[in-house]
Amino acid sequence: MSLNEFFYMGGYAFHVWTSYGLTLLLLVLHIVLPIRRRKQLLRRIHKTIKRESAS
Amino acid sequence: MWKAIKRLTSFKNFYRFSGKLLPWFGAITLVLFLTGLYWGLVIAPIDYLQKDSYRILYIHVPAAWMSLFVYIVMAASGAIHLVWKTKLSEVIANSCAPIGATFTFLALVTGAIWGQPTWGTWWVWDARLTSELVLLFLYIGYMALHSAIEDRASAARAAAILAIVGLVNIPIIHFSVNWWFTLHQVASISVGKGSSLHPSMYWPLMVMTAAFKFYFATVLMMTARNEILERDQNSNWVREEEKNL
Amino acid sequence: MTPKRKRRLMMVLLIVLGVGTAATLALTAFNKNLMFFYSPSQIAAGEAPKNRYFRAGGMVQEGSLKRDKDGLTVRFVIHDNEKNLTVAYKGILPDLFREGQGIVAQGKIASDGVFIASEVLAKHDENYMPPEVAAAMKPKGIDKKPKGQ
Repeated sequence: MSLNEFFYMGGYAFHVWTSYGLTLLLLVLHIVLPIRRRKQLLRRIHKTIKRESAS
Repeated sequence: MWKAIKRLTSFKNFYRFSGKLLPWFGAITLVLFLTGLYWGLVIAPIDYLQKDSYRILYIHVPAAWMSLFVYIVMAASGAIHLVWKTKLSEVIANSCAPIGATFTFLALVTGAIWGQPTWGTWWVWDARLTSELVLLFLYIGYMALHSAIEDRASAARAAAILAIVGLVNIPIIHFSVNWWFTLHQVASISVGKGSSLHPSMYWPLMVMTAAFKFYFATVLMMTARNEILERDQNSNWVREEEKNL
Repeated sequence: MTPKRKRRLMMVLLIVLGVGTAATLALTAFNKNLMFFYSPSQIAAGEAPKNRYFRAGGMVQEGSLKRDKDGLTVRFVIHDNEKNLTVAYKGILPDLFREGQGIVAQGKIASDGVFIASEVLAKHDENYMPPEVAAAMKPKGIDKKPKGQ
């Protein structure tokens, strides 16, 4: 099977790739957002620790 | 025994334990997804009727199954929280809602994209499609209700009751295609009847289903850990745990 | 279990039981309205609405598909293994339309008993297989009973 054939999906390229693309986007988003949130939280916690140890 | 459960399900224990599991679950999820995608999109043969369009099945079916599974986890955690007032079950229930809503949304949208060439329509108001749409509203309702109530204890209680009431929709979704005439066909895989998918198409679906399960566990742990971190940010164990970074 | 927890557990079980009973009653009461389409048997028994658009569904009879002289209208027979219903439709049939497969059509019964459809949707079954397997099964005849009926 050639690469072109693969992307063509027997004429259903739009349907198949839209479905898979949207799924990939949303699933990745549910990984990225918690990672960013975690970084935010850790930054806040470290700031508090530093402030308290300084005082 | 109660004390042992309490200790095991403490924020600190869950945080430590899930922290050890996370990399493994992430790796397993990735391997399963890559295997399932290659198998489903490249190796698996086309369907005799639907040709390549049937490949949407490899995400539509796991997403639809997960939309029900996650809801049951969410309602069960909510019920446990209502009765025993355990903190961890509250966090788990809350962490289920957004990812469950996403699975439901994906099941609906990929189903619509699949229905357009196969059935000849994006959407019909048959019992299966309508009850799955109600499930999306239940997830959204859970999140809206939880965020609308200021007091965290009341918010958790109200949201848990909503989740338990909505549980009635789960058997309706599952059996809708057997109870009523619907445009949606009956299940291809069921416990009693086995599979009406050719083995060459069945196994990639199983791999994708496992991938979705591990993905859910991974996301659930990540989200729950964040909520725990936020709630216990001023406690000693968090500072002890996260001081070296 | 402390009495307080026991009470809360009872409350949760009561909610599940209450909502379950209410839903069962409601669904039984509205059973007919939740049907997406009527089968040819139901239509023959006069259960379908008269003078109003409704959906009819069944399997397309093998060898029943004919095109009228005008070249636009197609006629075919749908059945549910008991009764038959002739459907007339002017328009493009969906890709998956096949004799022996299920369809759902929206329309009205004309005075001569023919169902005049304004929309035809393909209802596919739960079987998925590669073309070679389907071809190998054809002579033996695949079990094509209308499902979910």
